[in-house]
Amino acid sequence: MSVPISYYLLLSAILFTIGVAGVLTRRNVIVIFMCIELMLNAVNLTFVAFARQLGQGDGQVFVFFVMAVAAAEVAVGLAIIIALFRNRETIDVGEVNLLKW
Amino acid sequence: METVVFFALAALAVGCALLLVLFRNPVYSALSLVGTLFSVAGLFVLLDAHFLAAVQIIVYAGAIMVLFLFVIMLLNLGSADPLDAIPGRFRQWAVIFLSAILVAHIGWMSLRHMRGGPIENEALATSNVPYIGKLLYTDFLLPFEITSLILLVALIGVVVLVKRESSKAS
Repeated sequence: MSVPISYYLLLSAILFTIGVAGVLTRRNVIVIFMCIELMLNAVNLTFVAFARQLGQGDGQVFVFFVMAVAAAEVAVGLAIIIALFRNRETIDVGEVNLLKW
Repeated sequence: METVVFFALAALAVGCALLLVLFRNPVYSALSLVGTLFSVAGLFVLLDAHFLAAVQIIVYAGAIMVLFLFVIMLLNLGSADPLDAIPGRFRQWAVIFLSAILVAHIGWMSLRHMRGGPIENEALATSNVPYIGKLLYTDFLLPFEITSLILLVALIGVVVLVKRESSKAS
């Protein structure tokens, strides 16, 4: 007896909303970034669950692409954080408000 | 047996995710994110996605988390950050309320509409890596090549962003 797909979807929803809550409440840029990674992982779990449910490999290939894009995104984002820290001496999102209207 | 393993991994994933949000110290947050990534890799194994489980551990828990920890220690943020306080109590409760609504909604929808067992695909379960590789190099060849382009652009972008401007200083 295998685990039904709705359990996986529910777990994925819980992980995703924890990530959203972290992005909305934390002010440390690096922790916000890690919460974005958590949200990406929750969506990956949904992809793989549906891939097994439908008996197709396309979902797993998409997860592979998501991981590659996530790696590129993390590299660029952390470079931006380093550049930000050099210029402003802070990583608090509340103090980075130059583009805020 | 499979259900027991699923619930153990799910509890570990959710617990580590909560600790990721709640820890004040970013190093502890990074370590609890590693816990979540490992339990999601275990769930991938349960879902017959062996290749993705290996990639998850190598790329995420290996490369990406090392990058995170490297930046945390490069910027010397290891100590607890006193600035990291939540502005206003009301916002925290609003976030918790909206999260509960979202989870309840998705859970209700999935429990109501997603019934029935999985469609069996013997090749996907037993020979996972050849199956994924064949798909990657036939149906998804163009996205695969574009992914390599994305990685190249990211590489160049990182070097440009982090490089110090030496001509301006002299």
